[in-house]
Amino acid sequence: MSTVTEIAILVLAAFVGFEVISKVPNTLHTPLMSGTNAIHGIVLLGGLLLMHEAHGVLEHFLLVVAIAFGTINIVGGFLVTDRMLGMFKRKPDLPEGPAQDELEGGDK
Amino acid sequence: MTLVGTIFLQQSNFIDACYIVAFSLFIYGLSGLTGPRTAVRGNKIAAVGMAIAIVATLLTPHVLSGSSTPWLIALGLVIGTAVGVPAARNVRMTAMPQMVAIFNGVGGGAVAIIAWIEYRHHFFSGGSFWVEKSEIPTLFAAIVGSVSFWGSNIAFGKLQEILPGRPIKLPGQSFINLALFTICVGSAIALAAGVHSQGLFIVGILLAAAVLGNMVVLPIGGADMPVVISLLNAFTGLSAAATGIALNNTAMIVAGMIVGASGTILTNLMAKAMNRSVPAIIAGGFGGAIAAPAGPAGESGGTVRSTSPQDVAIQLSYARQVVIAPGYGMAVAQAQHAVRELERALEKKGVEVKFAIHPVAGRMPGHMNVLLAEADVPYDLLREMDEINPEFPRTDVTLVIGANDVTNPAAKNEPGSPIYGMPILEVDRSGAVIVLKRSMASGFAGIDNPLFYDPKTALLFGDAKQSVSDITSEVQDL
Repeated sequence: MSTVTEIAILVLAAFVGFEVISKVPNTLHTPLMSGTNAIHGIVLLGGLLLMHEAHGVLEHFLLVVAIAFGTINIVGGFLVTDRMLGMFKRKPDLPEGPAQDELEGGDK
Repeated sequence: MTLVGTIFLQQSNFIDACYIVAFSLFIYGLSGLTGPRTAVRGNKIAAVGMAIAIVATLLTPHVLSGSSTPWLIALGLVIGTAVGVPAARNVRMTAMPQMVAIFNGVGGGAVAIIAWIEYRHHFFSGGSFWVEKSEIPTLFAAIVGSVSFWGSNIAFGKLQEILPGRPIKLPGQSFINLALFTICVGSAIALAAGVHSQGLFIVGILLAAAVLGNMVVLPIGGADMPVVISLLNAFTGLSAAATGIALNNTAMIVAGMIVGASGTILTNLMAKAMNRSVPAIIAGGFGGAIAAPAGPAGESGGTVRSTSPQDVAIQLSYARQVVIAPGYGMAVAQAQHAVRELERALEKKGVEVKFAIHPVAGRMPGHMNVLLAEADVPYDLLREMDEINPEFPRTDVTLVIGANDVTNPAAKNEPGSPIYGMPILEVDRSGAVIVLKRSMASGFAGIDNPLFYDPKTALLFGDAKQSVSDITSEVQDL
């Protein structure tokens, strides 16, 4: 892939990111943060891709550490976000009010 | 698997298609976070996207070649899972900011290591390994990843109270930071221009950036920490995107950039809610530094009126609308469940109860919402600041629990106040205010709060959890 294509992807991703994230209500900012935190654990892929090219004990050791770090980031991040989001409950038997619609943010 | 099947799975088009599916799922999953009802599913969808990206990477030709490679990869994955799962399961919701900081830190650490390995390959191949476009992203990733790793670890240490929360500052701090930053950038330019030295990479990039990460976060006070965590989150995202460019991996580019965007939005939002600019926070020294001169002003403000749980119970029970404004003090006292009980007791009496949530009510954006959700408070009772402020004049009683600066009317009325201009919960406009407080100590910012001397304010001193339970049992007895 050419550099220009990759920069184009980068720029478009920035706009998509701003668009999607700015719709998230304050209520969910902590789960949002731990969720996006889990997503940048994708650097794990870098560790996986480089392992077979590694030479020597140092490089192998460092890459095992990098893969372990990335995995902590991903597994921990998604799990803790799931745990948090599971706690958000609505009031039972409450008729749908305007406040809810606002919270749901027009998704679906 | 048949040979044909293997060949099909290792087609680079197939792998690329998997990456496209993966990042689409990230975006789709994150857009589920716009509402609490769709959020759980959204998070799971993003996790599936991540699983697809990992499997696709493992299927890429040569990734598992070599006798030890699969085992080393498995070792890393197992260690990571063994550390990550229990950490995520057991962390207390009050400790969430630390958790996010440390997860962010390890992510940054992984980026820095990967950039280092990339550089080593380039170095040992005699400088011919790098295609032109990999150079700058790799150097960028090394600097930012290293800053993020060390900065996040310091933030973790401060929030976990391993390190003192107050700002630690050296003389000439900003000069040192600038010098370190110049060393990083200068080394990067030299390396990109063709200087062939692994020593320069390690010392000038990784080490200088590590010291810079320490230096930048150490002087920042506890109160500003949420902003720092958001910012470091954005940094790690951007460095992951840079690594993606160096490795030609679309999933990494898109995922990293989205995190960068989200971190940037949250950083600005937090800074705005605290009436501070991001550069001012990085320059450091606010959260606690001005506590000393503001200290004795407490006595000059006038007299405070204290009240009893009985009186508060009567006031609350006969109100039409009660707003509860919780602060981090409530979480420190572990009073969330007691507050939920009070809310239920009042609702039984026909009182309408709402919660007023300031954007910086906890230790990170939206932290208070999580803490209340954990205590089973339905999220539809939670109101954001802009939503609740117009309601205060219609509110009979506002109960302030462990919050101080975010209710301080000086932010509106006193141009001389250090927090002047900060958006606040306008509790002083409600009919009556009851402040639950441990003692007369001032808030995080160390600024006196005129709200306490307002004639319509009454203070109930004591441990927040005990006070709330006392009020609840009085309400139930009425």
